[in-house]
Amino acid sequence: MEFINKHPKLFQWLLLLLTFFGLIFAIDVPEGYKFIRAEAEHVIVEGQSTYSFLGISVSYTYFNFLWRLPPWLGWFPIWINDVLYFFLNDWWKIDFWDSDLGDYRTRPFMLHVTRFISSTLLFFIEFIREIFIGGVKTVVAFTSWDWIDANPWAEFRGIPWTIVTAGAAILGYKLAGRGLAIFAAVTMIYISVFGQWEPSMQTLSFILVAAPVSFILGLSLGVWAYKSKKVETALSPILMVMQTMPQYAYLVPVMVLFGIGDHAGAIATIVVATPPMILLTVLGLRAVSPEIIDAGKMSGCNDFQLMLKVLIPTAKRDILIGVNQVIMVCLSMAVISSFIGAKGLGWNLLLALNRLNIGAALEAGVCITLIAVILDKLSLAWANKQTDYFTNLNFFQRYKYGLIFAGTVIIGLILAYFGSFYFKEGFNYLFEVPHNKGISNEDFWNRGVDWIWDTFFYPLKVFNTWLIVDVLQPMRAAFLRMPVVATFVLVMGAGYIIGGLRSALIVGGFTLFIALTEWWDRALVTAYMATCGVIVSSIIGVTVGTVCSQNNYSSKFILGVCDTFQTFPSFVYLIPVMMLFGVTDTAVLIAVVVYATIPATRYTVEGLRSIPPSLHDAAAMSGVTALQRLIKIDFPLAFPHIMLGINQTVVFALFMVIIGAFIGTEDLGQYILKALSDRQGAGKGLILGICVAFIGLIVDNLIRTYAEKRKKELGFN
Amino acid sequence: MTSVEPVIRCESVYKIFGANAEKMLKDANGNVDAKIFQEAGCIVGVNNASFDVSRGEMLVVMGLSGSGKSTLLRCASRLTDATSGKIYIDGQDLLSLKNKELIELRRNKMGMVFQSFALLPHKTVLENIAFPLQIKGIKTKDSVSKAMEMVKLVGLDGRENYFPRELSGGQQQRVGIARSLAVEPDIWFLDEPFSALDPLIRKEMQDEFLRLQSSLKKTILFVTHDFDEALKLADRIAIMKDGIIEQLDTPANIVLNPATEYVRKFTQEVPREKVLKIEAVMDPVADEQNLSDFKVSKDAIIETVAEKILDQEKSVPVIDSNQQVVGIIKPSKVIHVVFGNSE
Ligand SMILES: Nc1ncnc2c1ncn2[C@@H]1O[C@H](COP(=O)(O)OP(=O)(O)OP(=O)(O)O)[C@@H](O)[C@H]1O
Ligand SMILES: [Mg+2]
Repeated sequence: MEFINKHPKLFQWLLLLLTFFGLIFAIDVPEGYKFIRAEAEHVIVEGQSTYSFLGISVSYTYFNFLWRLPPWLGWFPIWINDVLYFFLNDWWKIDFWDSDLGDYRTRPFMLHVTRFISSTLLFFIEFIREIFIGGVKTVVAFTSWDWIDANPWAEFRGIPWTIVTAGAAILGYKLAGRGLAIFAAVTMIYISVFGQWEPSMQTLSFILVAAPVSFILGLSLGVWAYKSKKVETALSPILMVMQTMPQYAYLVPVMVLFGIGDHAGAIATIVVATPPMILLTVLGLRAVSPEIIDAGKMSGCNDFQLMLKVLIPTAKRDILIGVNQVIMVCLSMAVISSFIGAKGLGWNLLLALNRLNIGAALEAGVCITLIAVILDKLSLAWANKQTDYFTNLNFFQRYKYGLIFAGTVIIGLILAYFGSFYFKEGFNYLFEVPHNKGISNEDFWNRGVDWIWDTFFYPLKVFNTWLIVDVLQPMRAAFLRMPVVATFVLVMGAGYIIGGLRSALIVGGFTLFIALTEWWDRALVTAYMATCGVIVSSIIGVTVGTVCSQNNYSSKFILGVCDTFQTFPSFVYLIPVMMLFGVTDTAVLIAVVVYATIPATRYTVEGLRSIPPSLHDAAAMSGVTALQRLIKIDFPLAFPHIMLGINQTVVFALFMVIIGAFIGTEDLGQYILKALSDRQGAGKGLILGICVAFIGLIVDNLIRTYAEKRKKELGFN
Repeated sequence: MTSVEPVIRCESVYKIFGANAEKMLKDANGNVDAKIFQEAGCIVGVNNASFDVSRGEMLVVMGLSGSGKSTLLRCASRLTDATSGKIYIDGQDLLSLKNKELIELRRNKMGMVFQSFALLPHKTVLENIAFPLQIKGIKTKDSVSKAMEMVKLVGLDGRENYFPRELSGGQQQRVGIARSLAVEPDIWFLDEPFSALDPLIRKEMQDEFLRLQSSLKKTILFVTHDFDEALKLADRIAIMKDGIIEQLDTPANIVLNPATEYVRKFTQEVPREKVLKIEAVMDPVADEQNLSDFKVSKDAIIETVAEKILDQEKSVPVIDSNQQVVGIIKPSKVIHVVFGNSE
């Protein structure tokens, strides 16, 4: 009894677990229940129940309520589809002039809007693309195909790669000095020499459109949310879901609305990249001190001047970090959006992976990663750069970099011109190294993969088999064996113990949504994979983080490693694991572990390093050994922050599990991918995405509530 | 009428924070009790403040932290809207101004200096000072030359291209002062401008501030929580407590005749000879013959002349700026002021 009084929380947890397991044992698997398939696939079976809602009839197999809830949200995806369809095809038809037909036509308003957005984006993407690699579409847009045939000189051939490379180097030098200049130059030369110039520039042109649009959109919405409380309250739940929604989930709705192609990819990217920009803008603006705002007002600023000349420049740092985030998201979407037709490196990567050509995939992957790292470094350097302000500069000093660039343009053109004589036959390598005509290291990588397979086949296979048979399968079975009441008891009980009734109701609501869709079993599989990944990642991350945080150098080193790994587009992680483990669950799991370990490590290091040194001194004075200090002082104090890291780990793990569907899993992600080839897929894709987001939000709510409470108890801000 | 009309005039200004402040204030009928309001979820910032500031005068608002000084200042500059009451700037009803007129007023008549400097981090010293001018729409060339003038005025020449982060606290506040003066305002608001500075720099800045004011002659509302500072700078002092102005008077009167117990607590510690001018303790002229040759000015602080007066055997004549004798002071009186509590 005394024990209970002393540790009330512990007792509550024990009670909760007892109930949970009790329920699992008490409720049997109903006869004839087919895991996963029975519910998810729409097979008509004898004795099914049906109901109809909003004119949509849903049939399902009835099971004990305590075991599985009936799919009472089964109508929802179909309804979303119907609504989309209605808006696209039937709502508000307007007449417009079709210049091709030379007559008026009627088209629904929404279709008009989406077509307009598509063609505008496509125009800009093509425009930038043609600057880099040449083409005629932009010129044609202003003239006509006939005109181009008559005037072949107008066809722009693109900028020689030498000039782009020099430009990148000069930009690197201007922003961050020699190191970045050399890195930029080497990267661009690598890309060119290895024949990846064309796809790389395609990817780049796509990013150069998507990133600025996301930036402007995010900034404007952020400013709006800052100014209006109403907008903020409306936006914040949407943003929360969007930030935890897997990127795949946006593909289908975007495809339905905007079709397939670079523009569709760009739109999906913009949708994913805008939320972090909004959040960082609001964060930055809120952090501006009220005195600065008063100072602006007293200087006689009107609202517009206040925003443009005082608030935004003062919040510049946060906003530029937002820009950096946008660029990173764009690159990671460069691969994912090629599912709906974005051309470039991502497209090549997908093709290669589909053909299991690891070598080609690696080539593309390396280029994407390099571009990501360069853009990351450039944008961060820009964010941290302080504008130099000197009054008396002469013309040459002021326009130094512009002049140097102009010089390299001339040199590059001359080189290309001479190149055209030198490489009389075939390709002018001083102009552009054509795709797959460069040095390819594809064979090298492929041979490497073969070698790994030949050499390590046996140990890899043993490991693989052991993991799948002895660990993963039983875990999976255990998750699926959970009756739905048991899950509710566990989740809501945890919510209640951690955050009281409010928390319990919130997480219960999220769970209920998932339970009422027809994909509960799939969600369980997603949860199981994420759980495995999170457990392993957390153990590795916290251990590595703890070890590395013991001194300054290793802390800095490991944070640097985390930074670098985080710039890698998420899809790239799939390449090496497929190389080692082939198309198996193991491969997905390893990718999840690698990817999700990053935040666990980072937050552990940050948490442990941020403990005030005075506490260490105090501990040292009371004669505590290093290990005792770690256990008794450091960990308890850093624990809330580490928990926030685990929270991020969960989100990362979920993302990677879903991306892993590309390799082949049996979870929600698999269905999201399937929805891509389904004419009725938009609703499904969205709801599936929301299910994943809700899984993330359940954990997020629990951990965040806990960490905030704990931080308050410890007196942190 | 026009010549004596105050530049700033506040009549029964209330500022109450909270959801239904206005209704509560109406119901209270002018009798605002901070405690009752607090229970209803409202915080009383300023409670029935009335005062005038005439042209060229410096009114110092003094009070402990949270007493509502900043709130009063923000009401007077309409950075926040007073819950009720009237505020007139040059006879113009401040609270009825439209947004456009308010901006015009700020662009031409008001300047403000802030406790934490509130400089724009992305602009240099020169750009910061030129900022109000550029907002006003003045050409870059003119605004820069005007700003340069201000840089010289506050003694920052040579540092005009520094960024705020590269300056010390005292230098940053000089920039703040220069910026607030750039548009040549008539009215100058200062909210604890020297509080963030360390004591030595603070003293230096106070002296410099007095020097500036002696030539600029602005109408000033100055907020501080430092009583010594208030005594040193003020023409008149308003002492605030819980949003109420407890006493509004000249420094000498506040020291000599504290109106409430609260004010008395402040004045107890103050060494009078450091505060009071001869004028405050002199007696009327009684016997014109029996005076010393040594004369003192009526504006001299007692401490600075005490030794000289004590050296005299006869009463010392007190003169004004026109060398007219306006009173006398006996050495014994000085001894009383310095050592005794006879009054
Ligand atoms: N925006 C606000 N909302 C609610 N209460 C406020 C607000 N601004 C000020 N107050 C309250 O009004 C009271 C007076 O605040 P004010 O800032 O005027 O004090 P102050 O005398 O300037 O103090 P300090 O010397 O610390 O600057 C305080 O109790 C404060 O909490
Ligand atoms: Mg204040």
